[in-house]
Amino acid sequence: MQKLFATIAVIITGAILLNAVEDFPRFGDPHSPPNSGVSGGSVSSSVHYLQNTYLDTRVPNVVTAVLADYRGYDTLFETAVILTAGIAVFAILRVVRRKDEEESTGSEEKACSGEFSTSDSDGEGRHRVVVGTACRVVVPLAQLFGFYIIAHGHPSPGGGFQGGVVLGTSFILLALAGGLGSALGRLREDMYLRLACLGVFIYAGIGLLSLFFRRNFLDYGALSGLLQTGGEEMARSHGIFGVELGVAMTVTSVMFALFANLSTRGELKGGL
Amino acid sequence: MILPLDIILLIFLVIAAVVALKLRDLLGAAMVFSTYGFLICLIWAEMGAVDVAFTEATVGAGISGALMIATIFKTARKSSD
Repeated sequence: MQKLFATIAVIITGAILLNAVEDFPRFGDPHSPPNSGVSGGSVSSSVHYLQNTYLDTRVPNVVTAVLADYRGYDTLFETAVILTAGIAVFAILRVVRRKDEEESTGSEEKACSGEFSTSDSDGEGRHRVVVGTACRVVVPLAQLFGFYIIAHGHPSPGGGFQGGVVLGTSFILLALAGGLGSALGRLREDMYLRLACLGVFIYAGIGLLSLFFRRNFLDYGALSGLLQTGGEEMARSHGIFGVELGVAMTVTSVMFALFANLSTRGELKGGL
Repeated sequence: MILPLDIILLIFLVIAAVVALKLRDLLGAAMVFSTYGFLICLIWAEMGAVDVAFTEATVGAGISGALMIATIFKTARKSSD
């Protein structure tokens, strides 16, 4: 019975959605408001941004400029949402044992020594030679690529979020290859928790700085005097980069924190 | 937009969606769900939304699969319903 009702609800919703699709302009229609540049007699916002983004911010990639500058509030709170998700998972899953309990559950601290080791405490290391060697090659490249995506968000697709995810994935790869301990040795728990908060702090801090120059929150153009740039355009470009760095910090550490907590049920020991 | 490529991608997308829902084996379902994310990424890239495609490639096809697999290893592998 429940299935019948669910099917009927899905069919009705699908029919409504399909009906609404007909009202969309066709893909690439030259007369649609975004493409013709006119909506109801006035210039449409998409054409305004396409024409003025490079003049305003010196950022060739319009998407980056819109995300981090024109809609800076949106991205700030998106980053805050990611931090909140990380904190929620941490609060639900993380198990902190007392010292005396810890000793009775076995000594796996050796794996946390920080060096890249393909062996871990339970003697499975011999089976991980292939994976470990592959990761030794892939992880540095992945991290380099992550930094490239973050730094190259201005002229090409990418930015703090994508780069942060790639960086976080590289730490996950490290955890899969050499046990969670070897990854935690690189990025300790207190470090990634601080890094996650620091990212949002950097973002909001750059926004707050412009308040001191009697401008609006997140108006990076106000920083032109502070950054010694010639005009406001370059200041906005640099502001976008600073904001992207903050986003990348939060995303990197939250992604790794999610994996570390999920794969060990919050014990941060052993691993998969 | 290349129409034949679009149609092929959309067909695979529907297949991946149905398989991801119908599979009892949760590990397999997670893998198929990653495939679904990758197909969406391809469709977005093909429509010219490169930034969105990039995000989908990293999040949808990449890290969400890893997180789901990590979760499945710590819970029951088969769905009970």
